[in-house]
Amino acid sequence: MSKDPITARGDLRLTRITKSYGDFTAVDDLTLTIPKGSFFALLGPSGCGKTTTLRMVAGLEEPTVGSIHLGDTDITTTRPYQRPINTVFQNYALFPHLTIFENIAFGLRRRGIKDVKEQVDKVLNLVELPHLAERKPTQLSGGQQQRIALARAIVNRPALLLLDEPLGALDLKLRRQMQIELKWIQREVGLTFVHVTHDQEEAMTMADTIAVMNEGKIEQMGSPADLYDNPKTAFVANFLGQSNLIKGKIDGNDGDNLVVDLYGQKISMPKKRSHAVDNSLYAGIRPEKFRISRLGTPVKGNILTGGHIEDVSYIGVSTQYVVAMPWGQEVMVFEQNDDGVAPFDKGDEVNISWEPTFTFGLRGDEDIEAGTEVNPEELEEE
Amino acid sequence: MSFPKVRVPYLLLLPGFAFLFTFFILPIINLAQTSTQTPIAGGDTGQYEQTLAFSNYIQAFVDNKEQFGRSFVYATLATIFALAIAYPLAYAIAFKSGKFKNILLVLVVAPFFTSFLLRTIAWKQILGEEGFVVPGLRALNIIGQQTTLTSTSVAVVAGMTYNFLPFMTLPLYASLERIDPRTIEAAGDLYANGLTAFRRVTVPLSLPGVVAGTLLTFIPAAGDYVNAAILGSPNTKMIGNVIESRYFKIVDYPTAAALSFTLMAAILILVTLYIRKAGTEELV
Repeated sequence: MSKDPITARGDLRLTRITKSYGDFTAVDDLTLTIPKGSFFALLGPSGCGKTTTLRMVAGLEEPTVGSIHLGDTDITTTRPYQRPINTVFQNYALFPHLTIFENIAFGLRRRGIKDVKEQVDKVLNLVELPHLAERKPTQLSGGQQQRIALARAIVNRPALLLLDEPLGALDLKLRRQMQIELKWIQREVGLTFVHVTHDQEEAMTMADTIAVMNEGKIEQMGSPADLYDNPKTAFVANFLGQSNLIKGKIDGNDGDNLVVDLYGQKISMPKKRSHAVDNSLYAGIRPEKFRISRLGTPVKGNILTGGHIEDVSYIGVSTQYVVAMPWGQEVMVFEQNDDGVAPFDKGDEVNISWEPTFTFGLRGDEDIEAGTEVNPEELEEE
Repeated sequence: MSFPKVRVPYLLLLPGFAFLFTFFILPIINLAQTSTQTPIAGGDTGQYEQTLAFSNYIQAFVDNKEQFGRSFVYATLATIFALAIAYPLAYAIAFKSGKFKNILLVLVVAPFFTSFLLRTIAWKQILGEEGFVVPGLRALNIIGQQTTLTSTSVAVVAGMTYNFLPFMTLPLYASLERIDPRTIEAAGDLYANGLTAFRRVTVPLSLPGVVAGTLLTFIPAAGDYVNAAILGSPNTKMIGNVIESRYFKIVDYPTAAALSFTLMAAILILVTLYIRKAGTEELV
């Protein structure tokens, strides 16, 4: 194999990648194309195989089976230093013995680039830290180190920039700020960013395309709006935001709609939003899509009657209700506080209603708890 | 109980200070006084009086400059060999040993379970005619059929290298172990091949260990006399041997004291220059 660095550009294609460690399969027959110039997020809980996937793309791990192509070049077994791919490591991995300037210049010097000073200065200006060039990494705050790690990678203008939980170590406020900044920098430099995270909000804020991973496989891939609006699996429905999943039976057709029986009450939903394979189905409705009304108030769309308010949390911009339904299930409802109507009280008898087009349908044999477990790590950070 | 807070640190210092004052500062003052004494005219062997004879230093140095030079050459060689052996060893323990890490670390310090003298005497047999080293080297024609290794400078340097190896290995291990493996991955990610990553990241980050290890080897090696006494010959005498014989055999205290001070000063100067050069300001 040639020792020269590869200059390939183009889409990243992972083809039937499997990575096993003994009996444990970290990544399971994964096929994925990441288009050139996109901001792509691999989203999933810890242990879902997203970091392993990233490390295989970086060249730090070799797939057990499968191939990785960058454009038309097969890079499956190429050494990391020969790949036109750079990584922003979790906890940054800056070189503690080198100044910020030399940290950023490291990749340029290894490739024998001439105008090191000019390029480093340029990228230091991009991340707005030109005054820190002569400092050592330990003299910088977490947020500053994060930006330097980013600068050290993008200064090489790689075909692909990999970000491994890049904002994980920052506090919430700084993280929000960096999300916007990262998105801006990606547009500015026009590189392909592949971002690995367990934080769904982070993925949704930044990425054009999100692949939700679970147990080594991709559950669903699409734009943030697609995934949120029409999740295909219970895991995606629960991992991205919150969902109410109500068990039902398909009871007939009505043009482009399905008639679904939810515990004896008939509702309607678009056929094309159902992922059910037989008659049994879970009807999914996001909490903010529900409306609550008092008994007797006329409403449009689907309606489920017989609920009563179990719990009320007023949080300013909205009020969150837990509504107990007659079949024993509690559903979550978020109401915007924009109508001047006094909130409902605990114990009020209510109906809930929603637009049929907001309904999504999941297979009846799904585990509706999938993707709901709260990651202790996330709790700690929030 | 209400000591003002500011006094507590001084109280904590007190036992150490008292101990060192009694057993280090006072003896060294005594040694300094001895170094400028001359024999009492008509007195017995070992009777000296203070005459501020600083010429003792010059005389002692001129008489023993060969042994001084040899001490530093041997110590330097032993330090280089120990570093060459210990670096790969410490690297393997820190990065490649997996679950055997603790066992290997115990093995590194295992020689300390036996006496220093005993181990050095054992080397005499290892390098002797009845050992396997000399016949082996002869069979491979690496050394001549008549060549022996005992009582040579090779034996002395080999013994010193062996004896100080743990002092080199442990600090090296400690500093290699502290390196975040992701910084080495990051070097690979930034177009450095294995060798370049080692040279540009691993070595600089292990430098504090290199400095500590070489000092812990070089300083005692320069003053050592056991290896030269047991494994060497009169032709391999080091300055430590001279000081030892001046004190205990010839009872020439002033010369022994002057030599001790000269050795200390020489080591101090060399070490200072070395640390300056290595640029590890964090270390001092």
